[in-house]
Amino acid sequence: MQLTLWTYEGPPHVGAMRVATSMRDVHYVLHAPQGDTYADLLFTMIERHDRRPPVTYTTFQARDLGGDTAGLVRAAVRDAYERFRPAALLVGESCTAELLQDQPGALAQGMGIPVPVIPLELPSYSKKENWGAAETFYQLVRTLCAPLAPAPGSARLPRATGTAPKANLLGPTALGFRGRDDVHEVTRLLASLGVEVHVVAPLGASPDDLRRLPDADFNVCLHPEVARSACDWLRRTFGQPTVQTVPIGVGATRDFLAEVARVAGLDASVVADAERREGSRLPWYSRSVDSTYLTGKRVFVFGDGTHAAAAARVAVEEMGFALVGLGTYSREMAREVREAGARHGVEAFVSDDYLDVERRIAAAAPELVLGTQMERHIAKRLGIPCAVISAPIHVQDAPARHSPQMGWEGANVLFDTWVHPLMMGLEEHLLQMFRDDFEFHDGAAPSHLGGPARRATVEAPAPPEFDAHAVVAEVSIDEEDAPADDAPAPAQPPRWSTEAEGELRKVPFFVRGKARRNTETYAADRGIVLISLDTLYEAKAHHGR
Amino acid sequence: MTAAVSVPLPVLRERGQREVFCGLTGIVWLHRKLQDAFFLVVGSRTCAHLLQSAAGVMIFAEPRFATAILQDRDLAGMADCHDELDRVVTELLARRPDITALFLVGSCPSEVIKLDLRRAAERLSARTMPAVRVLSYSGSGIETTFTQGEDACLAALVPELPAAPADAPPSLLVVGTLADVVEDQFARVFAQLGVGPVHFLPPRRARDLPAVGPGTRVLLAQPFVGDTLRALERRGATPIAAPFPLGAEGSRDWFAAAAAAIAVPATTVDAVLAPLVVRAHRARAPYRARLAGRRLFLFPDSQLEVPLARMLHRELGMSIVEVGTPYLDRGTVAADLALLPETVLSEGQDVERQLDRCRAERPDLTVCGLGLANPLEAEGLTTKWSIELVFTPIQGFDQAGDLAELFARPLARRERLTV
Repeated sequence: MQLTLWTYEGPPHVGAMRVATSMRDVHYVLHAPQGDTYADLLFTMIERHDRRPPVTYTTFQARDLGGDTAGLVRAAVRDAYERFRPAALLVGESCTAELLQDQPGALAQGMGIPVPVIPLELPSYSKKENWGAAETFYQLVRTLCAPLAPAPGSARLPRATGTAPKANLLGPTALGFRGRDDVHEVTRLLASLGVEVHVVAPLGASPDDLRRLPDADFNVCLHPEVARSACDWLRRTFGQPTVQTVPIGVGATRDFLAEVARVAGLDASVVADAERREGSRLPWYSRSVDSTYLTGKRVFVFGDGTHAAAAARVAVEEMGFALVGLGTYSREMAREVREAGARHGVEAFVSDDYLDVERRIAAAAPELVLGTQMERHIAKRLGIPCAVISAPIHVQDAPARHSPQMGWEGANVLFDTWVHPLMMGLEEHLLQMFRDDFEFHDGAAPSHLGGPARRATVEAPAPPEFDAHAVVAEVSIDEEDAPADDAPAPAQPPRWSTEAEGELRKVPFFVRGKARRNTETYAADRGIVLISLDTLYEAKAHHGR
Repeated sequence: MTAAVSVPLPVLRERGQREVFCGLTGIVWLHRKLQDAFFLVVGSRTCAHLLQSAAGVMIFAEPRFATAILQDRDLAGMADCHDELDRVVTELLARRPDITALFLVGSCPSEVIKLDLRRAAERLSARTMPAVRVLSYSGSGIETTFTQGEDACLAALVPELPAAPADAPPSLLVVGTLADVVEDQFARVFAQLGVGPVHFLPPRRARDLPAVGPGTRVLLAQPFVGDTLRALERRGATPIAAPFPLGAEGSRDWFAAAAAAIAVPATTVDAVLAPLVVRAHRARAPYRARLAGRRLFLFPDSQLEVPLARMLHRELGMSIVEVGTPYLDRGTVAADLALLPETVLSEGQDVERQLDRCRAERPDLTVCGLGLANPLEAEGLTTKWSIELVFTPIQGFDQAGDLAELFARPLARRERLTV
């Protein structure tokens, strides 16, 4: 048993729903009890879908358990096929049905349904949402494309001269992070090299579209969490190379274009030409003197593997931040994230324990958190600015405007959204100079963000009334008890003199915990029992910023 | 307004896909109401995901609920589930020393593998009492629907209620979670009526359990607590029949029934309630104009559908196309049922067929869950999310206007928008 307050990923059948809901002409019959239909509202409310997810639930009840639950599966499959007439039918089970061992996939395959019936075996008690999405997408691609496979060992025909290279964009799904906008941006990027997008999948694809996948010259794996296994199979089976770079940030976009050019057999010069024509404003915005105040800002990054690794690079190389923490909940992306951490001087971690992530953020005392909706709440609680960079998402992460993460425009969006939560340069200076100003103290929110002042250490008790918008909208009720203050104190911590304690309060609140710990460590190392003003400044000089 | 039908309405019983939450969802409000209680779901990742999705991602930084997620090794018998549960509970209580009641909440998987949470609760209680009382109930989807989870929770509390002395004077017990503001209003009205002592179940703190005995008169504030009522009857309490306190009429009849059960003189009842009825009428009047004559379709969701349909028909003049309810507990909603007009009353659900009926009827307003609302709006129907009716103070005289407004707002919004 694992004690869990909040989860970063749902169960694997929710991953399958994300794939089914992304596609056209696909239906998913899910052997599941009453209540599992909650997952519909993830799509209809968070992403404001105007259609129900294409999912039929068998809705078995306790009184069915001694009887014919398999009969319920057959009836649901038959009714769903008759009503929706999909071009492919996914059949699987949720966690409870898995225990019944009705084998709904095999049952459905034996029913003579005249379209491909794809059984999904998604182990609920060991796997999670992204794995379920990847497995579902892979099974769909394999089932629909395997009949088209050439004989093993046969060479792929070269592209006809005079025709544009064609690429599939694989991986974007419903409930991803800005998938819709990223498809638009990446399509534009490829067009700037003269590469055509052949099929986008799962988002917007039909089973017939999946059958056309092998006709492309190569695949672009935009979300390895979802598409890597399908890309690998297409490479093995049809000899289609995979472009692996995910173009989030200016550097990664350049690398992506270079990789596309190489894979598509284009002259390398097209990359520089494309950037000259389009390009991002991020490099200039970052170099403009106004951005000086971003230098060395302490940033903590957490998210799915793709977005966390990409954000680490952008934070360090393109914003001039200092990376003080990097983690992911995507175990399957652990290698990539650890490599990204090593490149930027931090030891990356893999965890899906929300409380563990909170502890790590508190200990790292960052000035900015780049995370998921969960980290946004952690940051709010700790009084640290935050920008959301990854799923799991909430309703405000599915904006009406075009807001990609990928490509040149995506880099512009990253610059804006990461800088937005921060104090502006002069504001921060004034705050440090006149710390005791009653209207403009360190508990005040940045002036451009509005809202009442709040301090991390002063938590209002939660109002007891129910909130009507708790279901989909953001509500700002915090738990009454504040988190334990940073790390546990050592056995014999040095004491603070009154002057030193007073001076410590003048240190900006977001690094005060760090300053306190650094000073105490410094004092302890030197056998100092009473921290004076001098000790504080000696420690400051020793540790630097 | 059509007269109430004298013969019982026929019931359309449906069996198929249900688009409703399971009973675990009740934890979303119960854990706020019971301020010293913690709810530990013993279930799967799906249960944890449901709770956080229904609650909105992360309303509370550290909520008073959590999930003990069953894993492969628990199912394969490699780990003893009870040992594991002991470990998790120890971990949890160490984190939350402020907790005085811990509910182990059963789920679909824990029910299917027949994990005996009642026994676990007894075992753990023996260790943690008197500091922490450990109880259990099932919120599983195979046994409970949405608000039924609260019923199961409260029913689990009933055996824990202290026994009132046999000769105790009559007291009133109001059952079903109400918003604190409503509870306070109700307490004031009961005081004016001279009805007392009055207790509420659930109480705001799990350690403040009201006593129950033959002198206890039970008044239901919510239509989904039928099992709790029956458990209270087994402890000698007597139920008070009344419609639910929704709207001016419902609230008046509800308070009047309580007063009658405690033998409050009719003149006192009129003197106290009449001004409140007038105020409620005044509050709801602006919305009646917008809602009267409009056609309403209610999908099953919270069990509030029958009392709501009664109120919307009789007090706001709406015409009721269909009232869906997850299950029909005739005893609990008898008074409201008797006041319903001729309509389609459906129990259970086959969501596709019900959607077919709804589309064919093209009602002016459709009350439905979150999974259906946006798709129906996209088809041109105007909808009201039913879950808001559970998460909003709607009961009583002084909420009659707010309740009417909830139904008028989607129609008003549609009229405003020109895009």
